[in-house]
Amino acid sequence: MTVGIGSASPASRPEFAVVGGGLVGWSIAYGLARQGRRVVVHDEGDIALRAARGNFGQVWVQDKGAGVPEYHRLTRESAVQWSDLARGLRDASGIDAGLQQPGGFSFCFDAAAFEARARLMRRMQTEAGDFGFEFEMLDRGSLDRRLSGGPALGPKVVGASYTPYDGHVNPLRLLRALYQSAIALGATHRFGAPVDAVDPVVGGDGFEVRTAWGSAWVPQVVLAAGLGNERLARMVGIRCPVRPVRGQILVTEKVQPVLSFPTADIRQTDEGGLLLGSSQEEAGFDDRVTIGNSGAIARRAIDTFPFIGDLRIVRSWAALRVMTPDGLPVYEASPTHPGAWVVSCHSGVTLAAAHVHGVAAAIARGRLPPQYAHCSAARFAAPAPGTAGKEAHVPQPA
Amino acid sequence: MFRSLRDDDADPHRPEVTLSVDGEPCTVPRGAPVASALLQRGAASRLSGLSGSPRAPYCMMGVCFECVVEIDGVPNQQACMVVAETGMIVRCQVGHRSAAGCATR
Repeated sequence: MTVGIGSASPASRPEFAVVGGGLVGWSIAYGLARQGRRVVVHDEGDIALRAARGNFGQVWVQDKGAGVPEYHRLTRESAVQWSDLARGLRDASGIDAGLQQPGGFSFCFDAAAFEARARLMRRMQTEAGDFGFEFEMLDRGSLDRRLSGGPALGPKVVGASYTPYDGHVNPLRLLRALYQSAIALGATHRFGAPVDAVDPVVGGDGFEVRTAWGSAWVPQVVLAAGLGNERLARMVGIRCPVRPVRGQILVTEKVQPVLSFPTADIRQTDEGGLLLGSSQEEAGFDDRVTIGNSGAIARRAIDTFPFIGDLRIVRSWAALRVMTPDGLPVYEASPTHPGAWVVSCHSGVTLAAAHVHGVAAAIARGRLPPQYAHCSAARFAAPAPGTAGKEAHVPQPA
Repeated sequence: MFRSLRDDDADPHRPEVTLSVDGEPCTVPRGAPVASALLQRGAASRLSGLSGSPRAPYCMMGVCFECVVEIDGVPNQQACMVVAETGMIVRCQVGHRSAAGCATR
């Protein structure tokens, strides 16, 4: 359906418009469709700044949420639900997202870093309380024994942390599987025009979603537009101060299976290439690769596993993370415009299961339960009247 | 199946190079890419490491990676991007290259 916006019969009119055609938007759309809701997804198109098409593809748990155990729990529960998500997507779309969850290693290159890592892991275990947190700190000797049979480590590696929760997927197949599964459940896709405005209808009766193609009325709207959420969320009275944080990735030629686990910044895809990541850079909306940071990524990968130095790099790219000042997601229901919701995060892969099974189901029910309280936008100061001020940049969360 | 357009100029003194593809000599015009030798053979030049299906040079401009072969002992070389030279030893690949050479223990 590409013409006649708003002309559909009432029984087939969407109940929800999801703004954003990336991993977060399609996760919410699929989750709503699973709840029997009629959904239309507004997708800017291939010119969009797509974190969904540039990300590293990890289901990564081990260092997420230090200081905010609720966020760690959200992350880990999503990782636990990921196998159900993968199975559901495979049944609905025939697409295998390629989930592997063997646990992951984060390598340390000097004694101080190893000690700091051990403190972080102990702290997270303490904060986890009854929920528990399994980890191992492996010194070089233990690590060599653990990884025997695999590729040799470089001389600079002094040790690593390991948690059993970590894994990885093929993020492009994930995006395709979410799309196809949502479409199979009746979701529709409006592709090729950015949403210019979401105008609350006076009297609280739904929203006009405006694009260059015209405007369509919808009872409820979910903003999942990545870096576009800052602008759009204001229109429904929510502060969503997200900023771009650039990450660069290098990809090697395909080789036979050599790495059976992901690390914090190296993984071998199920198609054979090694992905090397991943920088954290404040570079505004510049999504180009740079020689300096690519070089640093390659150096670190070779320091970890020297064999990588014999592989050719066949591609590189950069993409922009969608980052809040404190690194936590934003899940919010508009207090001033009921029926408007905001979903933003920088972990669209890891949190995909939480978005499909938890957040979308809560939105369908009309209420975000207390387990998402730490993700409320109420933690950001309300915008001062008449200003469109940018959030001050805060150092990266761990 | 494939034929060089330059065959039409029928110059008996055209400079050529001869390389070895899976042990068989193969002659191509000087300056031609290794991929031209693979195409001239008319057979698959590798088996996909993912599907096992036969593949041959396709895009001829360094993008599709369908033409990767081992050249002088170095695997995964894009044959369309390497100029053929006399004496080159080219081997077709079955599946992905191994990552050893890669010092496993």
